[in-house]
Amino acid sequence: MDFFLQLLVNGLSIGLLYGLSAMGFVMIFKSSSVLNFAHGELLAIGAFIFLVLTSWAHVPILLSFLITLAGCFVLGFLVERIFLRPLIGEQLIFVIMLTVGLAAMFKGLLLFIFGGNLHTYPDFLPEGLALHMGAVYVPPVYVASSCIGIVFLVLFGLFFKFSSQGIFMRSVADNQTASMSLGVHVKKVFALSWAIAALVAGMSGIVLGIINGTNVHEISAIGLKVFPVVILGGLDSIGGAIIGGIIIGLLETFTGGYISPSLKDVVPYIILVFILLIKPYGLFGLVEIERV
Amino acid sequence: MRKLHFHPCGNYKEHYASELAIFETDFGRLWLSIGLVSLFFVLPFISGPYFIYVLNMIGIAAIAALGLNILIGFTGQISLGHGAFFGVGAYAGAILATRLGFPFWLSLPAAGLITALVGMVFGIPSGRLKGLYLTIATLAGQFIIEYILVHWESLTQGTMGITLPAASIFGLEISSDRGFFYVIYICLAAITFMTVNIMRTRFGRAFVAIRDNDRAAEGMGIPIFAYKLLSFAISSFYAGFAGAIWAYYSISITTEPFTLGLSVEYIAMVVIGGLGSIPGAIFGAVFITGLNEILRFITDAFLNMGISTSFGLNLAALREFAFGLAIVLFILFEPKGLAEVWRIIRSNFRLWPFSY
Repeated sequence: MDFFLQLLVNGLSIGLLYGLSAMGFVMIFKSSSVLNFAHGELLAIGAFIFLVLTSWAHVPILLSFLITLAGCFVLGFLVERIFLRPLIGEQLIFVIMLTVGLAAMFKGLLLFIFGGNLHTYPDFLPEGLALHMGAVYVPPVYVASSCIGIVFLVLFGLFFKFSSQGIFMRSVADNQTASMSLGVHVKKVFALSWAIAALVAGMSGIVLGIINGTNVHEISAIGLKVFPVVILGGLDSIGGAIIGGIIIGLLETFTGGYISPSLKDVVPYIILVFILLIKPYGLFGLVEIERV
Repeated sequence: MRKLHFHPCGNYKEHYASELAIFETDFGRLWLSIGLVSLFFVLPFISGPYFIYVLNMIGIAAIAALGLNILIGFTGQISLGHGAFFGVGAYAGAILATRLGFPFWLSLPAAGLITALVGMVFGIPSGRLKGLYLTIATLAGQFIIEYILVHWESLTQGTMGITLPAASIFGLEISSDRGFFYVIYICLAAITFMTVNIMRTRFGRAFVAIRDNDRAAEGMGIPIFAYKLLSFAISSFYAGFAGAIWAYYSISITTEPFTLGLSVEYIAMVVIGGLGSIPGAIFGAVFITGLNEILRFITDAFLNMGISTSFGLNLAALREFAFGLAIVLFILFEPKGLAEVWRIIRSNFRLWPFSY
């Protein structure tokens, strides 16, 4: 029973991380219909900027957190402006290959600068954050990351619900032509959504780095695990990303715990195929029925 | 002797047959025969063993890239699992050769057929999915095949790998790079011939119709699911065939090379070469394999110059950067790929000196 509970807690926390990582991905897809294969590298960039600021430059934690977020915001803006804007309206394969190429570029650069080794942040979270529930122990990083995740989810919910930019973004996601004719600056919305998505990715990258340490290969692998998560939750639903992440995280941990550790990494993709065959638009995705 | 065909000064085609003709003029035939003669009788004798090795790698990659171009460029179904299919072909060839004692000439097409079946299984989602959903499904296929290759140890021997017997045709043992050069390029020539002609049949035209507008294609009575599966099967056949040759050529195989990275390399070949262009797939194979070799050469040169080893290790990362940069630059500046560059060069020559 204790084993089960511990797996449950681990699964929930890993799942929340997957959900957080998937949020930025969904945001990009929702507004600009771009399938971003470079998402893992965006996560890694956030994690490494934070690493440079905290362990190399010794900037205070809170300040470096904010600088990282700002840096990622600018980066996302630039990526959209330089690479993706020329491709608006192009074939799907070009957009996909462009993000694949970007992923290779970013990964190569990160490996060139930091190498493939594991780097860790200085331990700055107080032990008092840890939770003890009977035999179950939740380390402080998981508590902190859950809090950050929930705070961001609420903030984004409010942003999309009440701010004018958020409403513009939703309208573009809903119908590009209609929103353009109503005076929404669609290109600005694309740039903004890339910037915000990169910011979210940077934040998730920092959380991933706090938990597992930062390693280019591992973080970019998480970028690929985003796909099962978003398909399960629905490609264009931010809340769905969190729930999908939690379900995938739980399934992965339970498979690893009860069936076989090696099966753990491939289970999300097996689920992915089944969801695509049964319910391609996921749990909360927008259903566009087209029968051919 | 029949009349020679030269370039007309306009479009004077009167029949569909002349529209479908492979060679517009007799110059095309001439250049092709010059090219084939120099490929088979000049190139292997003037190049050293390393260069022949590179040429062989290009040939193998070109076979697989042709297959992927049928799927992506002609049928419009984006697959991220081509590297895994290549691996399935390599393993199928290796297992047929070691367990069942298949001879070389039989195990290549047999491996292709097995891979075609696997490809059809992973093409089934295309019945319900299209566009990026299908792409994600093939991404899952890539990971599932990779997992099976590593963990079905009774069949694939897992990470231990399989060592293949030497290849031989009609009692003639092929072991040198030059021997493989002939095998690979005769196969490539045959497969290119086959591909060009598939694309002229109703199957090829159906593929193009599905790519251009699947709803209209269905409306015209093309059973699109059957044709999509057929396209998956043909493309995986090519991948499996190339994989089996690669397995024989590299003598022992492990599960390592058949990752998502390999799939991405094949898509890069198709995109950089030119979507929906048969010479394009070959150009792409030349470009990507050549780029890989040049980057490896530079990395090795830096290592040998005695710059510290850690710096050399990081240079390997720059290879990945350059690879990504090449893809990005091609998509941004020449999305039609090398085939378009080639066409421009050719038409410049053709129209010279009045190139307006």
